[in-house]
Amino acid sequence: MTLLEQLAQYIVSGITLGSIYALIALGFVTIYNVTGIINFSQGEFAVVGAFVAITAAQKVSLFRGQAAVGLEWPLPAAILAGVIAAVLIGALLYRAGIQPARNASPLSQIVVTIGASIALRGLVLLAWGTDPYRLDPFSAGKPLRLLGAVVTRQSVWVMGLTVVTVVGLYLFFRFTLTGRALRASSANPGAARLMGINIQRMGLLAFVLSAGLGALGGIVIAPITFMTYDRGLMLALKGFVAMILGGLTSPVGAVIAGIALGVIESLAAGLLSSGYKDAFSFVVLFVVLLVRLGGLLGARRGPALERAGL
Amino acid sequence: MRRRPMLEVCDVTTCYGRIRALDQVSLTVEAGEIVCLIGANGAGKTTLLNTISGLVPAAGGVVRFEGRPISRLPAEQIVRLGISHVPERRQVFGSLDVRENLLLGAYSRARRAGPAAIRRDSEQVFELFPALRSRSRQLAGTLSGGEQQMLAVGRGLMARPRLMLLDEPALGLAPLIVQELFRIFAGLRRSGTTILLVEQNARAALRVADRGCVLENGRVALRGTASELAANDGLQRAYLGQTNHRRRPDLGGPDSLTSG
Repeated sequence: MTLLEQLAQYIVSGITLGSIYALIALGFVTIYNVTGIINFSQGEFAVVGAFVAITAAQKVSLFRGQAAVGLEWPLPAAILAGVIAAVLIGALLYRAGIQPARNASPLSQIVVTIGASIALRGLVLLAWGTDPYRLDPFSAGKPLRLLGAVVTRQSVWVMGLTVVTVVGLYLFFRFTLTGRALRASSANPGAARLMGINIQRMGLLAFVLSAGLGALGGIVIAPITFMTYDRGLMLALKGFVAMILGGLTSPVGAVIAGIALGVIESLAAGLLSSGYKDAFSFVVLFVVLLVRLGGLLGARRGPALERAGL
Repeated sequence: MRRRPMLEVCDVTTCYGRIRALDQVSLTVEAGEIVCLIGANGAGKTTLLNTISGLVPAAGGVVRFEGRPISRLPAEQIVRLGISHVPERRQVFGSLDVRENLLLGAYSRARRAGPAAIRRDSEQVFELFPALRSRSRQLAGTLSGGEQQMLAVGRGLMARPRLMLLDEPALGLAPLIVQELFRIFAGLRRSGTTILLVEQNARAALRVADRGCVLENGRVALRGTASELAANDGLQRAYLGQTNHRRRPDLGGPDSLTSG
């Protein structure tokens, strides 16, 4: 394998991994823009979505072998089940955790999301235990080759679904009345209310959308890397890094930064050592915070930022 | 029997924390009138509009619109009843383009009315404010102050309100644009829209208004027809810029003039 082929390989794996970060970062940005909250249970949406999809698709024993589940639904139904489960949890988190605290500071609301993520992680641990789980690849067959790099069929699925989701989300925000109302709520919540927009409902919608995005990310990656109960934290941190890299409020920035982060990690793991994979993400975050955050906050300290208490 | 006024504000008190911004304010607006609120900064004019439109809850008293109490409704429901509030400092959606701002102005009725009706109404706004038409694909945040103000008024009209609350629509605008705006307000009234107008420029406001109401420290200090107010000595000194000595105006009691 030549160095060039190796590089191509790292980049392909990086884009695959980065697509997941992009989906999670998009969830972060959506919630942040509409509600001013950074939702730290974003990673748990991915974990819950993946575990529910796995449980719906395969024979699984739950609660330390006390409950055997053998639904073996077809894959699309299993994916849908995973997404719906996460969406319901997102809605519940907003209704039961965020909305009652709507007069509290965003910082307190962020703490609510941290609490929710710990609770969700505990529930997943109770039900599925500490074992790693894996979902079967979406389609069987030999991997494809691109410029000497091996591209698994699941990678194609990941990238394809990410593109479809991002384009779909763009069209939704840009061309539907509800999408525009969401953007208006983030641009100016007070004026949005005067237009008749129920901003509580927009907050709920943001949580639902983000939960769905996170779940989708967790489900498509479950055939590539094992899913364990505690993966949510790292996924959320990576998504958070991508969100900040992408400029905090920009969906486009979040997607580009997420994919870039995946590629950086993959290159670092391949060329240096896989042990440094995560460290590299956080070095990137550190550098960005040092170099840009002052300027970023200085230039763009809008109401949303003040609401977040950053 | 006398017809009820379109808007009745009865003994409304509004507080920000421990500060009483409005203290038992009463005011009526009849259908088809322009009523203007005059007063210094901090007198409670904006608070009164915010209380009527539901952005700020009333601590006491009641607001009725067309006979129906609305002071307990949230802002997003009040606009559905036919009250459109064009807030202070324009508050356009800067990251959305002009067309989208207008569309969202009609949000409260967009599903019922359908896209064709919304497009027709946008066209009407463009006829009213031709400057906006050429900028319809431009982000609202990049418009000039005057254009943003026109957009804010146009956006407010998109809800097809029966009552418009206008908060300092002329603030910071060039005199020519101010004249144009006030001409448009008079036209709106002729076409049946009732207007409650907050304006620093008391002289211009009284020229288009039927009646006026002066707020001072959260209370109604004076009310009367526009011509009565324009002729009032104390008011002239305080708000119409004919002062050459700084003295608190003697405005008389709240009921020294009564509306017709």
